[in-house]
Amino acid sequence: MDNFANLIDGFGHVLTPMNLLFALIGVTIGTAVGVLPGIGPAMTVALLLPVTYGLEPTQALIMFAGIFYGGMYGGSTTSILLNTPGESSSVVTAIEGNKMAKAGRAAQALATAAIGSFVAGTIGTLLLALVMPQVVKFAVSLGAPEYFAIMLLAFAGASAVLGSSRIRGFAALLIGLAIGLIGIDKVTGQQRMTFGTAQLADGIDVVVVAVGIFAVGEALWVAAHLRRKAAGVIPVGRPWMGRDDWGRSWKPWLRGTAFGFPFGALPAGGAEIPTFLSYMTERKLSKRPEEFGKGAIEGVAGPEAANNASAAGTLVPMLALGLPTNATAAIMLAALQGWGLEPGPLLMEKQPVLVWTLIASLFVGNTMLLLLNLPLAPAWAKLLQIPRPYLYAGILFFASMGAYAVNAQPFDLLLLLALGMVGFALRRFGLPVLPLIIGVILGPLAELQGRRSLQLSGGDLSGLVGGPVAWVCFAIIALVLIWPLVGKLTGRGRGRGRGGDGPGADAPATKEVMA
Amino acid sequence: MSDHTPDPTRDAPAGAVTSTGGTSAVMSDGVAAQGRGDRAQYGMCAFLAVLGGLLLFDAARIGHATSSNDPVGPRPVPIILGILLLVTAVLYAVDVYRGGVGSAEEGEDVDLSTGSDWKTLGLLAAFFVLNAVLIEPLGWVISGTILFAGSAFALGNRHHVRGLLFGLGLALATFYAFAIGLDVNLPAGVLQGIL
Repeated sequence: MDNFANLIDGFGHVLTPMNLLFALIGVTIGTAVGVLPGIGPAMTVALLLPVTYGLEPTQALIMFAGIFYGGMYGGSTTSILLNTPGESSSVVTAIEGNKMAKAGRAAQALATAAIGSFVAGTIGTLLLALVMPQVVKFAVSLGAPEYFAIMLLAFAGASAVLGSSRIRGFAALLIGLAIGLIGIDKVTGQQRMTFGTAQLADGIDVVVVAVGIFAVGEALWVAAHLRRKAAGVIPVGRPWMGRDDWGRSWKPWLRGTAFGFPFGALPAGGAEIPTFLSYMTERKLSKRPEEFGKGAIEGVAGPEAANNASAAGTLVPMLALGLPTNATAAIMLAALQGWGLEPGPLLMEKQPVLVWTLIASLFVGNTMLLLLNLPLAPAWAKLLQIPRPYLYAGILFFASMGAYAVNAQPFDLLLLLALGMVGFALRRFGLPVLPLIIGVILGPLAELQGRRSLQLSGGDLSGLVGGPVAWVCFAIIALVLIWPLVGKLTGRGRGRGRGGDGPGADAPATKEVMA
Repeated sequence: MSDHTPDPTRDAPAGAVTSTGGTSAVMSDGVAAQGRGDRAQYGMCAFLAVLGGLLLFDAARIGHATSSNDPVGPRPVPIILGILLLVTAVLYAVDVYRGGVGSAEEGEDVDLSTGSDWKTLGLLAAFFVLNAVLIEPLGWVISGTILFAGSAFALGNRHHVRGLLFGLGLALATFYAFAIGLDVNLPAGVLQGIL
C-alpha cells in the first residue's frame, strides 16, 4: 500500500499549525460564500488568487480546497432555509429541504445535509486517494495526440452535455477559446488578436478573465435585477436528527456517494446529473413515496451526499490529468500554472508532497466543516441578512483589487469591466459560463498539444488520431454531437424550441459556474 | 417573494426526468418568460460574428511562419475558430428565429420580473472606470473607498457616511494586509509615506 504510506505522510504535513490554520480559513470562507447569495467557491478562489501568489502553493491549495468543499456545505443551508439554491448542485436539495424547513424540520434537514456531506466527502476523498494514482499511472503513458483528444472531449462535454442548449454552450466555448488566443503565440512569437496593444501581448491573465466573468459579471447582473424585498429566511435552531431520521438517511447517503463520485470524475460530469439521479432513485426506493414533494428527508440526504462526492471526484481529473471539470477546479489549475507548476500526470511525480498534503487536508477540512456547520448553522444563516448594496459593492471592490494586483496596471481594470459586461451578457442570454472559462484555460494547452502532435507526424493530419484513447475520445465527441440529430430523427425534441435541447433543467446548468 | 421565485417542486423533477433521458428539457421555468422572440439575442449573434470576423482579419495579417519544427504555424487555429464562430453565430440566429430562448440566470437576489435597471448599471460602470483612473494617482486606499461607497450608493445604499466608513475600513484593511503584509501590488498614491 504505497498510496497509504503517502497519505499518512500527507497527514504528517498537514497537521502543522500553519497548514491547519489555512484549512480552517478555507472552510470558514467556503461556508460563508456558500451561504452568501451571489458569491460561490469559484468566484472566491478567483478573487483570492492574486493574493495567494505570495503564499506557499501548498498552503494556498489547502485553503482553496477548503473553500471548494465548504461552498458545498454552505450551499445547502441557503437551499433549505431560503428555497433559492446558491449553487446549481444544491437545486435538488431545495426541493425537499425547503419543504422540510417549512414543516418545522429545518434542523433535521440541515443535519442530514451536513452529516451526509461529511460521509460522502470522506468516502469520496478516500476514493480519490485510491483512484487518482492509478489514473496517473495510466496518464503518464499518454502522448500529445491523446491529450489533444481528451481536451477536445472536455470542450465538447462542457459545452454540449452540461448546458441547456448546445448552440449556446458552443458560443460560450468559442468566446473563451478566442480570449485564450490573445497574446504572443508561444511557438513562433507572433502576436495574435492584440491589435498592437502592448498590454495584450502577454495575453489576458486568467485571473482577470475569471474575476471579470464570475465576480464583475455576477455583480452587474444582480445589480440590474436586484430584488428589493429580501426573501424570507426560515428561522432555525441547532441541527439535530432523531433515530428515525438516521435510519432513513444513511442509505441515501451511501447511494448518493456512489452516484456523485464517478460523475464528478468524468471529463463532462459535474454535480447536477448525479444529484438529480440520486433524487429520482430515492423517490423510487422510498417506502413512503407520498412524502416526496412534502419534505422527505431521503430527498435531502441523497442529493447532498451526491454533490459532495462529486466534488471529490472532480479532483481526480484535475490532479491526475490537469483537466478541470468545474469552474473551481479550472481556477485552481490556473493557480498551479501561476506558481509555475505544470498540472498533469507529472504533478504527482514532481510534487508528491503537495498532492498528498492536499488530499490529507481534504479529510481534515471535511471534519472541520462538520464541526463548523452542525452547531453553528443558526449563525451562518444570519449572513443572509447582510445588506445587499454592501455585499455587491464589496464584490466589485475585491474584484478590482485582485485584477489590479496581478500586473499593477489600470488597463486591466478596464479589461475587467469589459469582461464583466461579457459575463453580464452570458447571464442575460442564458449562455453557460463553464465552457468559456474552460476554453480560456485549456484552449492554449489544446493548441500546443495539437501542434505538437502534428509536429510528430510532420504536418500530416493523421497525427491527431493516434492511439486507442484518442479514438475513444473522438467516438464520444461524435456521439455527443450527433445525439440531438438522433433525437430529431426519432421524432422527439421537436417543437419545444431548440433553446432547450440539452439535458436537465436550465437554471441549474448555467448556474454552477457562476458560483 | 416574487412571482418568479423558482418553484423547484414543479420544475426540477421534470427537468430530472428529461436529464436522465437526455433528450429535451421542459422550458416551463419562470425565467424563460422573457418571452418567445427575445430579439436582443440577435445582438449576441452579432457579437459572435464580429468576434469571428476579427479573428479571421487578424489571422490574415499574420505572416506565414511555419517550420519543420512547427508545421502548423500560428494561423490555422484562429482561422478555424473564426469560421466556427461565424457558423455558430448563424446557427444561433436560426435558433433565435425559430423562437429559441436562453433562460436568464436566476439567483437569490435576482428578480427577473422587471427589466434591466440600466441606471444602476451605468452608475456602477462609471464608478468602476473612476477607480481605474484614480488608482495610480490617488492610491488604492482613496480610490477603493470611493469605489465601495459609490457602488453601494448605486445599488441603493442611502447611508452615505456609513458607506464611506465601511469603504475606508475595507480599503485600509486590504492595503495593510495585502500590500504591506503579502507584498501584493497596490499603489499607495498620494498617501505614500503616510500609510
